[in-house]
Amino acid sequence: MDLVLTEEQEMLKKMASDFLTDKFPKAVVKEIEETESGYSPEIWKEMAELGWMGLVFPEEYGGVDMSFLDLAMLLEEMGRACLPGPYFSTVMLGGLPILDVGSDKQKQEYLPGIASGETIFTLALTEASARYDAAGVEARATADKDAYILNGTKLFVPDAHIADYMLCVARTSDGAKPEDGITIFIVDAKSPGISCSLLKTIANDKLCEVVFDQVKVPKENILGEPDKGWAEVKKTVERAATAKCCDMVGCLQEALDMTVAYAKERKQYGQPIGGFQVIQHYCVDMFTDVEGARLSAYQAAWMISEGLPCTQEVAIAKAWASFASPRVMALAHQIHGAIGCTIDHDLQYYTRRASADGVTFGDASFYQEVVAREMGL
Amino acid sequence: MNFKFTDEQVKFRQEVRDFLEGEIKQGLWQPTCDAWIMAHDPEFTRRVAERGWIGLTWPKEYGGQGRSFIDRLILTEEMLRYGAPAACHWFADRQIGGAIVHYGTDEQKKEILPIIIKGEAYVGLGMSEPDAGSDLASLKTRATEDGDDYIIDGQKTWTSGGSNMNWIYLVARTDPEAPKARGISEFFFRTDLPGVSTNPIVDITGGVHFNEVFFDNVRIPKTCLIGEKNRGFYQILNQLDFERSGMERLMANYPLFEALIQYVKETKRNGKPLADDPVVRSKIAQLKIELEVGRLYMYRVGVIMDEGRAPNWESSMSKAYGTAFEQRLATAAIEIAGLYGQLSPASRLTPMRGMAYHSYLSSKGYSLQAGSSEVLKNIIAGRKLELSAK
Repeated sequence: MDLVLTEEQEMLKKMASDFLTDKFPKAVVKEIEETESGYSPEIWKEMAELGWMGLVFPEEYGGVDMSFLDLAMLLEEMGRACLPGPYFSTVMLGGLPILDVGSDKQKQEYLPGIASGETIFTLALTEASARYDAAGVEARATADKDAYILNGTKLFVPDAHIADYMLCVARTSDGAKPEDGITIFIVDAKSPGISCSLLKTIANDKLCEVVFDQVKVPKENILGEPDKGWAEVKKTVERAATAKCCDMVGCLQEALDMTVAYAKERKQYGQPIGGFQVIQHYCVDMFTDVEGARLSAYQAAWMISEGLPCTQEVAIAKAWASFASPRVMALAHQIHGAIGCTIDHDLQYYTRRASADGVTFGDASFYQEVVAREMGL
Repeated sequence: MNFKFTDEQVKFRQEVRDFLEGEIKQGLWQPTCDAWIMAHDPEFTRRVAERGWIGLTWPKEYGGQGRSFIDRLILTEEMLRYGAPAACHWFADRQIGGAIVHYGTDEQKKEILPIIIKGEAYVGLGMSEPDAGSDLASLKTRATEDGDDYIIDGQKTWTSGGSNMNWIYLVARTDPEAPKARGISEFFFRTDLPGVSTNPIVDITGGVHFNEVFFDNVRIPKTCLIGEKNRGFYQILNQLDFERSGMERLMANYPLFEALIQYVKETKRNGKPLADDPVVRSKIAQLKIELEVGRLYMYRVGVIMDEGRAPNWESSMSKAYGTAFEQRLATAAIEIAGLYGQLSPASRLTPMRGMAYHSYLSSKGYSLQAGSSEVLKNIIAGRKLELSAK
């Protein structure tokens, strides 16, 4: 067992940190948050040129053949910088499922476009029940000659309004269990019958309500096997949850660093407040939580990288990050005092982003139940 | 980065499990909580010694196995998981051997390490005094030079293992003129000496582990000094990293956790197993999550030690976290057991072999002994976050 990053990982982190610090000062993040699209197409292109979109794709699809663990390092830096935009949606929710279970034809058709930055993807999974389990999927896809007709409403779909394609999870038949009869469709976002409306969210992260009204999807756009799509959905949720953990590690680490720096600088009663034991212990509690989040996120990411089954480890990581995050941010705010509660202070970027991450792709309660089941309770 | 154990390590873990399960099946002992500190079984210790499992990480030239700290973590994790009665050798193995390997003379290594490795050194830890707990540097027990000897005078309290010891590790003041921390030395010697007397302290559970130890004009040869005279406080800081770094700060109540999981599966309330109650499921899953993350903090310390570095803030973090976890585990067990949770282990109606009641009480001391959580957090704040008082 070791916790050492490879030279490549160190380089990737450094390069990412330098690039993101340079391109995304908070003034730029603020500006982008206020746009409708939620990203900067110019910087998006630059990210593609750095090889980030295709980081884990094989070279034949325009990728650089790195591992999920390498990607985890990059995601952590993106969290630290509060990177806005459809990177997570495109790569984690679109690219990886296609890479995993796509046919050669599908991989050839979609992956190079993702790697080059030309194509934006997302995943339409959750519905009104706001769940990540199969029972929450009520959208229907009915067979009609060479196509399927898709009907249903998806909620909290990130970046649907700018996506070129959406992976839509729908029910194609009814089986004994809710997991039976689920199919993933690659849907052209310009298909007639799709309407998107942007939801206003705490993190301004461009989540959408997407209505599918008699949307025709060619049969060849089924990703993986018809009726047996849930296995890949589950894997996608696990990867996405782990990715959110990495984002949260970056966010929470940055919040901790800001807080410790502030405690050393802010003087009251004639001394830096970091000299008071209560403040010191608050910082240690934050640090302990962040270290736990980091260790468990890396463990999950490593297991995914190795192709090992890791339902429990992902659940542990996401549950931990999700319940630790409000604790860390509460202390960060408490130490920063009043100034940290203003919109002009940078802390609030992390408060909002970490809270959105905490509930996305499974919150603490969801993963507690996963762990309970894994324990045989 | 690698979160996997090697094939050898996996095999080793299984070997330890097979050994411990075999012993339980033969009825040689039963799993208990806090067994590493409360359950003294000289024969068990001898059998463990025969397998070469004491001094696992010490150099082979002194009879150790020269193995990694991760291997020791695996060994001790399984000992704790099975609640094995390892108290006779735990302190000697955990920290005394390391202190001698680090600071001891060749003679001391040749004389003492084999005794520990054979499982024959039952060590008491003579550190705290009535007026010197967290503030250990203010200790008063004196070691006065007299020819080839030191004369020890004073009193220790909270001496772990004091009722069973045949050796004592002692910190005493050798230079009363020097600033507090710079006049302290470490000693290690047999306790069957005139002038040494012990007085057991009954703890909150009714058990005896801690003692007062009185030194009345006790004469020990100078060869009992470990390392440098007056450098004891700095040497001990190194030892404390070992004392704090272990799995016993997280897994000492694992038998309770196992019993709790069994209890909720088997116990019905209103016709349904407790395990079906969402509140119970949430509590137990949360404990599992916290335990697994705790293991990551612990193994991280092992990784650092195998890199040859001192895990001072890392072991402070893992101990402060682990002991808080154990307190939460015991509290959850009491809450889930409800009225039954208050029954003494001796009651015929007691659930989980009375371990919930017992652990709830004994865990109060965990965040205090071997470095209070407040002191540990001060260490992390100062060493790692570089936040200092003023």
